[in-house]
Amino acid sequence: MGKYLVRRVLQLVVVAFVISVLTFLLVHLLPGDPTTVILGPNDTAANRAILLKQLGLNYPLWRQYLTWLGAVFQGNLGTSYLNHESVTHILATGAPVDFELILISQVIAFAIAIPLALVTSRKPNKALDNVATTSTFGLLALPPFVVAPILVAVFAVGLGWFPATGYTPFTQNPAQNLHEMILPSLAITAGSIAVYYRLLRSDLISTLQQDFITMARSKGLSSPRIMWRHAFRPSSFSLLAAAGINIGALIAGTFVVELLFVLPGIGYALVQAVEQRDYLVVQGIALVVAIAYVLLQFIIDFIFTIVDPRVVRE
Amino acid sequence: MPDDRELFDSGASAQLLGDRFPGMAATEETALAISTEHIDGDDILAKKPLGFLFWFALVWITAVFLASILANVLPLQNPNFQNYSALSQGPSTAHWLGTDDLGRDLLARLIFGSRVSLIVGFCGVAIGLIVGGTAGLVSGYKGGKLDVALNAGSFIILAFPAIVAVIAIVTFWGASLFHITIILGLATIPLMFRVIRATSLSFAQRDFVIAAKTMGATDTRVVLREILPNVIPVMVTFSLISVAGLIVIEGTLAFLGLSVNLPTPSWGNLINEGTANNALSTDPYIMMWPALAMFLLLWSINLIGDRLRQRFDIREGLL
Repeated sequence: MGKYLVRRVLQLVVVAFVISVLTFLLVHLLPGDPTTVILGPNDTAANRAILLKQLGLNYPLWRQYLTWLGAVFQGNLGTSYLNHESVTHILATGAPVDFELILISQVIAFAIAIPLALVTSRKPNKALDNVATTSTFGLLALPPFVVAPILVAVFAVGLGWFPATGYTPFTQNPAQNLHEMILPSLAITAGSIAVYYRLLRSDLISTLQQDFITMARSKGLSSPRIMWRHAFRPSSFSLLAAAGINIGALIAGTFVVELLFVLPGIGYALVQAVEQRDYLVVQGIALVVAIAYVLLQFIIDFIFTIVDPRVVRE
Repeated sequence: MPDDRELFDSGASAQLLGDRFPGMAATEETALAISTEHIDGDDILAKKPLGFLFWFALVWITAVFLASILANVLPLQNPNFQNYSALSQGPSTAHWLGTDDLGRDLLARLIFGSRVSLIVGFCGVAIGLIVGGTAGLVSGYKGGKLDVALNAGSFIILAFPAIVAVIAIVTFWGASLFHITIILGLATIPLMFRVIRATSLSFAQRDFVIAAKTMGATDTRVVLREILPNVIPVMVTFSLISVAGLIVIEGTLAFLGLSVNLPTPSWGNLINEGTANNALSTDPYIMMWPALAMFLLLWSINLIGDRLRQRFDIREGLL
């Protein structure tokens, strides 16, 4: 276990290093630089040279990278060239929005997918199972940018149950915050429901054919108890793995709903920064999102080794 | 999979191998087990037809393809022509799907917009398949240091959330159909590599491959004649799923205003237009048609991929 953990942590460090290089190169090797935007009408060759020097953009790439990385280790991701807001501040205000969106959407997805799979997998290929499987399959074809406008049209514009835009921090007014977050969370949840349901259903069906289930049945245990205590647990591993893989798609989803519902999240800040060639902001956000993503995968892998000790041996 | 059966079911060659290599005698049993497995599989297939929905999906994809290819020939209006005497109209005989707030014909915009989705989806996956698929096929079969390096490399690249990189590259490089297809194609390579490599690897040490090598087949021949035919089902299924995935990413970019430049229509930016400026309440048709078309296209691609997966009996974990 100790050895395995050391290997995984080493792996994590390598991945994090490569990510930092990639993010840096991504932003610096692409055409266009921030001087045009900052200078605006004062864009002369002389001004440009001075500004490049001020921003440290005249040094060789490797030196710029080391300077940036050194600052990152001190928790300083730099400040925006344009409005002089620090990147850490942008992330600190934006991240809770995305975190809440993903959390609520995942709670909804599990709350729908798990009970549904527990019910339908007991009688596979019967009417109820067919209806559930076919309709969740349809959910796979509903990306956030398709669902979100429909939700707004029906529930915000048509019925007026939820606000179409607006954001109140949870700490200010929890009820108002949840009321505003329901529609955007629902918009990114469709795909997750389908993935979790399909995975859990097929796992449950194969688990239910195993001997220990027959054993439990013959002992006269009640069906709900068998489903929950005996069948669900061994079937839940792949659910965990899927949740990890799903996060990438969820990040893309949050970008879409942030734009549509005007939520001040990270995606909103990123799209803006990219449009304005705001190097350090793009770099900082890309780095933090990528590292967070990798860390999460790592944590999920680690949970795996606890619930399923076979993983370590492989 | 005819190769393994041909090799082992003819007892002579198995006998031959068994004589020369003591360990090989056991392979006859394995080969028989494999072939009975296939017979069982065939039975299940015979019982399970593809179903009405499969054909409906195929018809829809074909229709979208034909419409987008023939868009210039079909009696459509110019998708960018602004008819100010027909603003925000509902469906009528003149405009089957209605017009938008600038008087542009929604049917024409829908059909011309489908080109972007189809080109990005299918060409992007083709790039991923040609580069990543080939690399995976060879790497999984050959193994060695290159395989370890490529595998680690793809693992690291996949650790990076693609959407962040794609957004940054598209904006700096400039959003055009060509650029987006290339970028999304490149993004597909590591994914395709991993899936094909895993499949190739699972066949690399199978008896029929070892047998072919023993009989003096070159690596090229083994890869093309023994491994590739077995990998194709996974390849086709995974490619279809990837096409749907790329279409979603293009749609996301278009929705964020980062795909093909306006006024060129794409389904993503049509949906975006349909949500801007309060259009959802004044003229929901603008958003509804492309959303519906997108839903049906993704559903069809997923369904066909899923049915093929069931037919070829590919384990879900591999994908």
